[in-house]
Amino acid sequence: MGSGGFVCDFKVMDFAMRLHINGICHSYDQVEALRDIEFGIEPGEIVALIGPSGCGKSTLLSIIGGLLKPTSGKVLMCDQATPDGCLNPLTYVFQDFALLPWRTVAGNISLVLEDHPLGKAEREARIAEVLAQTNLADFAGAYPKQLSGGMKQRVGIARALAVRPAVLLMDEPLSALDAQTRILLLDEFAALFVRTGMTAVYVTHNLNEAVRLAHRVVALRRRPGTIKAIHSIDIPIDQRVEGMPELVAHQNALWDLIRDEAIAADKELDHVA
Amino acid sequence: MSRDIEAGASRVRFRATGFNPRANPLAAWGSFVVVIALWQLGSSTGFISELAMPSPVAVASALWKLIISGDLWRHLSASLQRLFGGWIIGTVAGLAVGFLVGMFSWARSPGVAMVSALFPIPKIALLPLFIIWFGIGEPSKFATIAFGVFFPTVINTFGGVDNVARNLIRMGQSFDMPMMSIVRKIILPGALPTILSGFRISSSIAIILLIAAEMIGAQYGIGAFILAAGNLYQTDQLIAGVVVLSLLGLCVSWLLGRLDRWLLAWR
Repeated sequence: MGSGGFVCDFKVMDFAMRLHINGICHSYDQVEALRDIEFGIEPGEIVALIGPSGCGKSTLLSIIGGLLKPTSGKVLMCDQATPDGCLNPLTYVFQDFALLPWRTVAGNISLVLEDHPLGKAEREARIAEVLAQTNLADFAGAYPKQLSGGMKQRVGIARALAVRPAVLLMDEPLSALDAQTRILLLDEFAALFVRTGMTAVYVTHNLNEAVRLAHRVVALRRRPGTIKAIHSIDIPIDQRVEGMPELVAHQNALWDLIRDEAIAADKELDHVA
Repeated sequence: MSRDIEAGASRVRFRATGFNPRANPLAAWGSFVVVIALWQLGSSTGFISELAMPSPVAVASALWKLIISGDLWRHLSASLQRLFGGWIIGTVAGLAVGFLVGMFSWARSPGVAMVSALFPIPKIALLPLFIIWFGIGEPSKFATIAFGVFFPTVINTFGGVDNVARNLIRMGQSFDMPMMSIVRKIILPGALPTILSGFRISSSIAIILLIAAEMIGAQYGIGAFILAAGNLYQTDQLIAGVVVLSLLGLCVSWLLGRLDRWLLAWR
């Protein structure tokens, strides 16, 4: 399925690791952002984190990848098996792309490989491989400022794939893009997940993205952020089509779940995160 | 029909004029020509007294004599050595301290406190002290220039490091890049635009201190030359020295412009 889409040779399903989020609590100064978050992420599973702004979903993603130290609790990597040639098991894709403006597309991907003991040939092979997978081969020498938002995020994906991650941690990867690009990339993400069997945690405030990509949707409540519900969507991702009635039903169910929270967030004067 | 519409209608006036200055290289050179021509005219007609302000022709001939006698090179080479030596010492030290202050908590507060206390001192006031420490010769002049260059460089460098987007550093950390790689590949290039614009400030400070130090005690150097010419009321030579200084400043800023374009081509 999927139009265009990423072409991916390696399949990571067999090696994917299991993550367990174990009693995570986090406070910023006096404000309690997260309380007793507990759930597991199975190998090959896409878990979406949704919730109103300020519910701590990005905070939780930072904690999962070790970019933020929780006040208490821990994240466990079970089954240490990682994909072949994995250099960075937990790899982020950022909302703002986080590309170095002084490096070309190829240079930005090379950046995350240079500190590993790879030969020059192997490094270049990996760069070429991920550029091909993300349809960026013609843009290897371009600078980020020359690229559209969608292309920038494709570079972000290519960079993440270059280290052969076990789990992709995606922090609102489509939020900085315009609506048309979002639709295109959403299809490409779905195709990528289907082909690679990648494990991923996908933070979004867009319920449409959540129901298109996720096997399970974790809805967070705010102040403090706790799990309100975990919603399973058992339609295989490759059979999901934009606008199909089952997906719309799931999306409506999710909206009912977080609607009150969203209204409360909207009326809030002072946002924390 | 269209005439009916236009009758009694008033046209929308274009209002977004001005506030958009454009560069014009011809006007830049033309302004020099006009000022020098007016100056020469004033001198030729006797409106400007020769003693108060020598004519451009007199200045040019003084400059020419300096060039062919070789005096200019003797003074200029002494000045350039001091300028580059002092600037390099101050810049290297300033960059090192600036990076430490920008990156480490332990260096932050002490560094900022010291810089805040010492930066406002006119460094030329310390020259007598440097002469006591290093003697009357070259080292005291290097020290004055280096000291003057050091503080603005520190301030600019840590400002530049502070301004490197945090998300890029977090990205580096999320890919487990070692600290030295993050410094070299993310922080240094990210801070470079600020550091380079700081070079413009520190280089002009260096020129000011160079002349001041040479006026206080030096046998050769543009500053010493200008002072000597002034003492003898040789105003044509004095102005010639000032012209050399202006050209020196222009050269430095041209070189920095080239450096900018070379290092910041990605912008």
